[in-house]
Amino acid sequence: MLYRESGQFKTSYSADQAIFPIRQDNWAMVVFLLVAFIAVPYFGTEYFFQAIMIPVLIFALAATGLNILTGYCGQLSLGTGGFMAVGAVACYKLTTGFPEMNFVLVLLLSGIITAGVGLLFGIPSLRIKGFYLAVATLAAQFFLSWLFNKVAWFQNYTPSGTITMPPREVFGIAVTGANADAMDRYLFCLVFVLILAMAAKNLVRGPIGRSWMAIRDMDIAAELIGFRPFQTKLMAFSVSSFYVGVAGAMALSLWLGSVETAEAFDINVSFQVLFIIIIGGLGSMMGSFVGAAFIILMPIVLTNVMVGALGMQAVTAKHFEFMFFGGLIIFFLIVEPHGIARLWQIAKEKLRIWPFPH
Amino acid sequence: MALSEQSIPEAILSVENITLSFGAVRAIRDVSFDIKKGEIRAIIGPNGAGKTSMLNVINGFYHPQQGQILFRGMVRKRMRPHEAAGGGIARTFQNVALFKGMSTLDNIMTGRNLKMNKWNVSLLAAMFYYGPTQKEEILHRQFVEKIISFLEIEAIRKTPVGRLPYGLQKRVELGRALAAEPDLLLLDEPMAGMNLEEKEDMCRFILDVNAEFGTTIALIEHDMGVVMDLSDRVVVLDHGEKIADGTPAEVKANQNVIDAYLGVAH
Ligand SMILES: Nc1ncnc2c1ncn2[C@@H]1O[C@H](COP(=O)(O)OP(=O)(O)OP(=O)(O)O)[C@@H](O)[C@H]1O
Ligand SMILES: [Mg+2]
Repeated sequence: MLYRESGQFKTSYSADQAIFPIRQDNWAMVVFLLVAFIAVPYFGTEYFFQAIMIPVLIFALAATGLNILTGYCGQLSLGTGGFMAVGAVACYKLTTGFPEMNFVLVLLLSGIITAGVGLLFGIPSLRIKGFYLAVATLAAQFFLSWLFNKVAWFQNYTPSGTITMPPREVFGIAVTGANADAMDRYLFCLVFVLILAMAAKNLVRGPIGRSWMAIRDMDIAAELIGFRPFQTKLMAFSVSSFYVGVAGAMALSLWLGSVETAEAFDINVSFQVLFIIIIGGLGSMMGSFVGAAFIILMPIVLTNVMVGALGMQAVTAKHFEFMFFGGLIIFFLIVEPHGIARLWQIAKEKLRIWPFPH
Repeated sequence: MALSEQSIPEAILSVENITLSFGAVRAIRDVSFDIKKGEIRAIIGPNGAGKTSMLNVINGFYHPQQGQILFRGMVRKRMRPHEAAGGGIARTFQNVALFKGMSTLDNIMTGRNLKMNKWNVSLLAAMFYYGPTQKEEILHRQFVEKIISFLEIEAIRKTPVGRLPYGLQKRVELGRALAAEPDLLLLDEPMAGMNLEEKEDMCRFILDVNAEFGTTIALIEHDMGVVMDLSDRVVVLDHGEKIADGTPAEVKANQNVIDAYLGVAH
């Protein structure tokens, strides 16, 4: 049976509204889960978890957050790094301040705190749009970096200014701290990110997602049919910040362990997450994951090929990497703003009518 | 026609002494008229007469400097667009204002947003989806499917509307307005830019909506033939002023109207 939408007739609206309406997509999902939960842990090495799988999952979550705001609701943000920093700092302060608190609760609360901060910075979106809003979020990025660097309370007055995640357990298994096994951290990330991504997918395919897209596509018409632009945008800002904040908290606790906040979550991180959704696909949940995998894997593959196989100098290879990256961003911005996910969509449409296109 | 001769229906909306200016431009000058329950009321006039501005005043997008609006007997001076929508006023736009990135189905579903149960589609319920939100989605999907078959657009259900030809976009936009089950439907040139066949279809839909659902309709249209065929009463605007008001036949014979359309100097 071919992978395509034709010939698979839905007999109920609930079947038609399913997350994966094509039968083969369900199988693909099963294969993906088997690989992620069984093959990767079985074959994975410490390096593989720490350098590839965990960052891919965390960046996919941050990209999911930014995609909600930018891809679905049409509000450009350059403050993602700053909001990840809020999540990381919230996670640090909560774990050190309340040592008894359950780690899962810490992560969720970090997200909720970031959602509150995001809501605050979303208020200007009532008045300013597009480019000017992007500049306002950029200001948020710099302000937050400065704040966490300057006010020693956020670092519990440690002289070095770094924040270090204390060891924590979930169901008796260490997931943070120096002794936490990389595979356990990976599996925890996987479960947590999949659940949150599922919730995000549910949001965007339902009434709330439609309200965001309506504001994105034509805010005046949206208002005239009863959506409230301000509330809708603020909801997008806070939900988006929740995801970005949880990603920041996870980056500190499950990936890096110890960070200098202003450095680890600087403006480059904001751009990195933005590139993920541009390459993966604006307004596509799958795109956030594909884009994250792409942006983490590509430098590693390029370095291996250029330095390992072609014997280039590491510095030269780095330059080529930047050029390749820049070219790719420009390509997607000009040729296909909806990213890899859209290329996939086009392939699907071609397959639906294959082999008789007319 | 929906108007029966024996009973005189009450006005669902009356516009009283509305004046609207944009700086020095006086778009509407002291205009009054009413729209009766169940009728098709045409608003006509040459380009720039203030027709679109009038619709924008009625659904709260523009705030007039003077005058007031009575909607269902209640006076309102200032109204926000979403309040007008909540009160049962829906509209289509002169230049199609659909959500281009969304499918036909999703566009029409947005028209249901005020009919959905707030709790069933609240943030947490929607994140979980299964249960209340899914129930709500299916319920409204059923209603939307009725509109889709009424407008004969089954084949483009899943197509992003940005890729549809203009005539179909206008039809989808009508669908989105109908999804709100409005009491008063404002149509701004629903047939502009259409070929004859598409115009005939659109006329049929408008008459059917009026007859089957009893929806009151205010219609802006340039095609006089269409206006004569569809409307119960016509109000004529020119340079922001009302110059005639009456049945199509009366308006057609009115000397002011003939002058306005033939461009006699004022
Ligand atoms: N937002 C606005 N700002 C300034 N002037 C406006 C605005 N909207 C409308 N006008 C002016 O008000 C007058 C009436 O415009 P309106 O769009 O209501 O005319 P119309 O009767 O709908 O014309 P058409 O048949 O061309 O659609 C015009 O002179 C127009 O330039
Ligand atoms: Mg107009």
